[in-house]
Amino acid sequence: MLANFDFSVITNSLPYLFFEGMRFTLTLTALAAVGGIVLGTFIAMMRLSGLPVIPLVAKGYVNLFRSLPLVLVIFWFYFLVPYLGQWVTGADRPMTVGAFTSSLVTFTLFEAAYFSEIMRAGIQSIPKGQAAAASALGMTYWTSMRTVILPQVFRNMTPILLTQTIVLFQDTSLVYVLSITDFLGAASKIAQRDGRLVEMYLFAAVVYFAVCFAASLAVRHLQKKIAIIR
Amino acid sequence: MNYNWNWGIFFEASPEGTGTYADMLLSGLAWTIVTALCSWVIAFLLGSLVGVMRTLPNRAANAVGTAYVELFRNIPLLVQMFLWYFVLPEVLPEQWGSWLKQLPNAPFYTAVLCLGFFTASRVAEQVRAGIQSLPRGQKMAGTALGLTVGQTYRYVLLPNAYRIILPPLTSEFLNNLKNTSVALTIGLLELTARARAMQEFSFQVFEAFTAATILYVLINVGVIFISSWIERRVAVPGSR
Repeated sequence: MLANFDFSVITNSLPYLFFEGMRFTLTLTALAAVGGIVLGTFIAMMRLSGLPVIPLVAKGYVNLFRSLPLVLVIFWFYFLVPYLGQWVTGADRPMTVGAFTSSLVTFTLFEAAYFSEIMRAGIQSIPKGQAAAASALGMTYWTSMRTVILPQVFRNMTPILLTQTIVLFQDTSLVYVLSITDFLGAASKIAQRDGRLVEMYLFAAVVYFAVCFAASLAVRHLQKKIAIIR
Repeated sequence: MNYNWNWGIFFEASPEGTGTYADMLLSGLAWTIVTALCSWVIAFLLGSLVGVMRTLPNRAANAVGTAYVELFRNIPLLVQMFLWYFVLPEVLPEQWGSWLKQLPNAPFYTAVLCLGFFTASRVAEQVRAGIQSLPRGQKMAGTALGLTVGQTYRYVLLPNAYRIILPPLTSEFLNNLKNTSVALTIGLLELTARARAMQEFSFQVFEAFTAATILYVLINVGVIFISSWIERRVAVPGSR
């Protein structure tokens, strides 16, 4: 029962949990979100480009990643990234890659598939006439994307992109399978060291809930605020 | 790349002594599918209930439904898995706790419950969206015909709503299937866990993961195929 719930385990480990664990989680979330959105935007543009073959490649990429569990992808890249590094740099043995780099590559590539679907919906929701008007004004594809289409897409899609980032924040807890010290990893290490699973896992749940709930309320507020009255 | 490819590895005996590596992966696949199906039953029933509650003209029911969805959506699945597996037996009365800990196949039952409750929150959102997308007149017509609220849902609203949300429900089913891999952290021997074990025993990393990848892609294709068959089967003639 909860009668012997020990708060001191939590209070004593707060610095470790937040300055080591949460810092890793937040850095990974932020970098992977930025990387994923940039890469996802390019994938969405490839998919809608109307060129030969390229849309198929983009579609294959998205569908492949969306049909695999994240845990499997984390394992894939954990073993694959050292070989990729060797291939890129031309070294004669697999590169040693840190846990952080490996998980950053994994999450960027994996989330790009999901972000690209959001961006694709966003680009498709802009009336075709705008692209036509831009090209009639003599703009190149890149200029019209950069100055006409994408600014509107980002404005419309910001709430959904942020919601997906909250999902990403929750998903980063899965780096646990590589024994990395993210927030959950830190909680779990203390839990096992002190034999205090109940306290640590409940505390982790409360913190995740508080962060995600507050963030989703903020996103909802933002959504109302930036909605364009049509 | 100086990696020793060995595609024949699947036909070599695994150190567990129960068959080849291929058998090991296939047993993992079976656990993945069984876990996904069992948890889907909970997710579908509970999710429909919660989704309906959020559309009822009753404050208390709305509040319970909303609280359920927010609670299960805002905690990472892995943390929920740990709560069910490590924390629940400790906070229950002692006899129940020790009974839980001694259950054979505990990881399987835990994974089914955890995924069921987790996915239910997602199903609930789809069901709610489906019901709310129906024209208001349908509910009113039900009331005007003298149907009770229960009957209106049973005979008018839900049959329509389920047909509308079949595509998003399919992707929730696929998410649920992929999420079974999170249960490897509590010791469920599903497909990803088996691929990982094969890598540890044989050091053939990429063969093991490639096989698992292909199996996941095949199940995805299969599920999408079945779902579009269901969609055609249940379509109301002349509605599209």
